[in-house]
Amino acid sequence: MLPTAIIVFREVLEAALVIAIVMGASRGVAQRSLWVAGGIVMGLSAASVVAMFADAIANAFSGTGQALLNAVILLAAVVMLAWHNIWMSAHGRKMAQQLKAVGAAVQTGNKTLMALSIVCFAAVMREGSELVLFLWAIVASGGRETGMIAGGFAGLAAGVLAGGLLYRSLLFIPVRYFFAVTGWLILLLTAGLAAQAAGFLNQAGLLPALGTGLWNTSRILSQESMLGQLLHILVGYIARPSGIELLFYAVTLLTIFTLMQLINRQAARHNAVAPGPRPESQTPGPRT
Amino acid sequence: MKLRFAASMLLGFCSLSPVLAATPAVELVIQHQQFAVQELPIQANTKIRLVIINHDDLPAEFESYDLSREVVVPGHSSVTIYIGPLDPGRYRFFNDFNHAAQGWVVVATPNTGH
Repeated sequence: MLPTAIIVFREVLEAALVIAIVMGASRGVAQRSLWVAGGIVMGLSAASVVAMFADAIANAFSGTGQALLNAVILLAAVVMLAWHNIWMSAHGRKMAQQLKAVGAAVQTGNKTLMALSIVCFAAVMREGSELVLFLWAIVASGGRETGMIAGGFAGLAAGVLAGGLLYRSLLFIPVRYFFAVTGWLILLLTAGLAAQAAGFLNQAGLLPALGTGLWNTSRILSQESMLGQLLHILVGYIARPSGIELLFYAVTLLTIFTLMQLINRQAARHNAVAPGPRPESQTPGPRT
Repeated sequence: MKLRFAASMLLGFCSLSPVLAATPAVELVIQHQQFAVQELPIQANTKIRLVIINHDDLPAEFESYDLSREVVVPGHSSVTIYIGPLDPGRYRFFNDFNHAAQGWVVVATPNTGH
């Protein structure tokens, strides 16, 4: 029972933590629960479909279909999170102000709800498909399944609990700094997901490794340890990173950060020139 | 527009390097919930196509933190992943669906005798 619980917990944990951060980032936004729940339900359905066609996916693209699918899902999440963060750098201040006005649901933030919903969908689909395969295998193998099924539920509950704990702890952050903190969390999460995508593209033979194991910190902090696992999910910690993973991490981090700073400065200048609300359409986008 | 910019910035880095045509292949078999070999020798400093073949009914998840690799291998099926070029050393891998099954990719120091 315990090994099953641990395996299920680890698969659930990543999706649960991503959803917790998304719930934090969309705090106070009207109808966010609906969008997040929608993303989760769609993700579970897609996970079942992926698990059902695991054979076909595994055999696709000369046997590298699974790595490619993972990379595509991860990159989609990266783009959505990047867009959310860049958008928030212009509107975060306003959202925090609205959040302080007690009881009022924030209408400003619903622009990126679709993006965040897709992020939840991607996280649940990726981890969920592995979980469905694993649980199906338990049921199919028969025999001692009752203990294993109980273990599966225990692992699932523990994973969801961990996500709930992260979300609850986020709520302790004062409203003034809240979106700044979730912005940083999402920035690091996104860079980590980009590095994972790079790993899968390298695994599929489409990108060079650019050096395997640039360094090895597994003696200091093993990725198998609980802390290593948590940091891997939250900030993309890899004990023995390849060059391509590091490159994707750094470029994603710097690109999003730079765009956030640019947009933030532009928004601040805008507010200084003309205080008070302005129509969205007049806000200039980034000049590229 | 912001979205498109961010997307092109990020996806721009996936501009694909050509897949090496003559990549040597190594097979790893999973049977009876174990890896057929505990030590898988491969060449140093060479990119390898690793074909993982699962003869069991149950799916397995080949995973390695040392190699930064994870892939589900459905029952009675095979998948291909690329590893390396690797420095000499031992790289642990395991079945994430059954941690009792594990093994090592062993990369020997290349022979520099002549």
